[in-house]
Amino acid sequence: MNIVVCIKQVPDTAEVKINPETNTLIRDGVPSIINPFDLHAIEAALQIKEKDGGKVIVITMGPPQAENALRDALSMGADDAVLLTDRAFAGSDTWATSYTLSRAVKKIGADIIICGKQAIDGDTAQVGPEMAEFLNIPHVAYVKKVEDIKADFLRVQRMMDSGYDIVESTFPVLLTVVKEINEPRLPSLKGKMAAKKAVIKKWTSSDIGADEDKIGLKGSPTQVKNIFAPQAKTDRKMLNGTPEEQVEALIQELRSLKCLS
Amino acid sequence: MDYFLTEDQLMIKELTRQIAEEKVIPARHELDEKEEFPWEIMKVLAQSDLFSLFIPEEYGGLGRGCLELCIAVEELSRACLGVSTSYAANALGTSPILLYGSDEQKKKYLPDIAAGKRLVAFALTEANAGSDAGGIQTTARLEGNEYVVNGTKQWITNGGEAEIYTIIAITDRAKGARGASAFIVEKGTPHFSFGKKEKKMGIRASATRELIFDNCRIPKDNILGKEGMGFIVAMKTLDNSRTGVGAQGVGVAQGAFEEAVKFARQRVQFGHPIISFQAVQHMLADMAIDIEAARALVYSVARYIDSGAKEISKESAIAKVFATDLAMRVTTNAVQVMGGSGYMREYPVEKMMRDAKILQIYEGTNQIQRNVIGQALIKEAAKGK
Repeated sequence: MNIVVCIKQVPDTAEVKINPETNTLIRDGVPSIINPFDLHAIEAALQIKEKDGGKVIVITMGPPQAENALRDALSMGADDAVLLTDRAFAGSDTWATSYTLSRAVKKIGADIIICGKQAIDGDTAQVGPEMAEFLNIPHVAYVKKVEDIKADFLRVQRMMDSGYDIVESTFPVLLTVVKEINEPRLPSLKGKMAAKKAVIKKWTSSDIGADEDKIGLKGSPTQVKNIFAPQAKTDRKMLNGTPEEQVEALIQELRSLKCLS
Repeated sequence: MDYFLTEDQLMIKELTRQIAEEKVIPARHELDEKEEFPWEIMKVLAQSDLFSLFIPEEYGGLGRGCLELCIAVEELSRACLGVSTSYAANALGTSPILLYGSDEQKKKYLPDIAAGKRLVAFALTEANAGSDAGGIQTTARLEGNEYVVNGTKQWITNGGEAEIYTIIAITDRAKGARGASAFIVEKGTPHFSFGKKEKKMGIRASATRELIFDNCRIPKDNILGKEGMGFIVAMKTLDNSRTGVGAQGVGVAQGAFEEAVKFARQRVQFGHPIISFQAVQHMLADMAIDIEAARALVYSVARYIDSGAKEISKESAIAKVFATDLAMRVTTNAVQVMGGSGYMREYPVEKMMRDAKILQIYEGTNQIQRNVIGQALIKEAAKGK
């Protein structure tokens, strides 16, 4: 069984600051990490492999330094890694990214594809499901548990606002996972040593037979007009009178703001 | 300072730092309060291959040396000495097997130890035998194909939690020091039981118990080396492990120092952060001097041991004494810099100070270490070195 995990290298948001004048992220000196949800995706893949066998292949699309994210994944125990890197990929929105990744998945051949539910930088949660559409395969988003893997289907729990659904799907299938699914392992020394030596495959657009009009900025229908940090609104009103009067005034206020009916 | 560690050594440092930050620091306060053995963390260390560091490659290990172990121990100690003691005591217990085990014994035990599946403990101390190993009362009497062990070992780190015990017992009292032998005893052997868990001042995450042998029969093949080699096994084991205790001292001092600096930058008195006051700066400077000197010494001795040096008693004792005396000093001064906050259990430095005290006591008190150094000096002088 081939399990492909799609990961993204993102800036460590714990350390990100916004330039108040340009409203853009200050990326200088900010360390890059594997998107935290993707760590859960890697862990889920490794657990499936440990229980049911198979091979875990990690892929990412990004600049050459995204190789570090792949090495981190290898040090956790992934078997193989592919970096999709090409100037032509630059400026991809979720649509173009999904297309590009799906081409690579097609080339590798996968029974299960696992993604984190979303990336902490863009927060769109679109790439996983869009990939499934490009591949024309079923997907289950927000998976919180893999219940069972049989020869020709799997059963998972999909997290909902109240409780969860039990979903079965044939292979190949794409899953996006939430952090509740597992506790990602730390790397091992043997894993780190192997990862340091590993040769990471690098594929360009021609390696995956991508249609030039569907990748990068050219293949991206999304146009970002403006990015800004919303102004923090701090409005405060003090209520006076007895507690009863204050409660009454508060209810009136909430009603006028249509917070209460 | 750059100690010119290799890429592999830096990798070990980075990984143990990550485990310390992500798994140990968030848990240390509760482990200390509840006096709970850190099994969850031991599992993480096992999964990360840290138990395999010092095991030879042919037995499933990574075949690294004293320096690599010291680096890992230092990083864990920076976060919690209770955790690092549990980890380091495993290496101490394994040492007799590494040094004197037969190939069969190594094949039987080392792969499981390397995988972190079975924890090890070393048992020398008794009620009347600590610094004076000659006072050992526990006996092992050969009867056919078995040794019958009787006696009680005291204050055994990892006692009750470990599955493999390397113990020292008297096989021939008439021969004095040459009448002791070393054995492997497995948990679960009939008539081998544990006393109560001791309540300690510090390193409260680590488990300390009595081992009670009451006509406990173990296979004859469980002897390490030959009859009469027990003291040599014990002394060589301690020679090898002492530098690691020094690394614990460097680690806990570093942890306390970092807390003190962080606090001194934030705490404002007389309108200024207290770190701007020379009195505080000098205390922090003294800590930094101490820590760097100790680290340089510990790493040097570890490298000396890894070079294959035979006579290491004096050097390892020097590293242990220096690094652990300073650990007591630095952790005490970290509490002092932090004042009332430092004394509160809300901050980690009071625990570090309580924990650090054991380093001057276990694996040979610092007074005994000075004896070791003194005896080596006499020997060297006699040889005209």
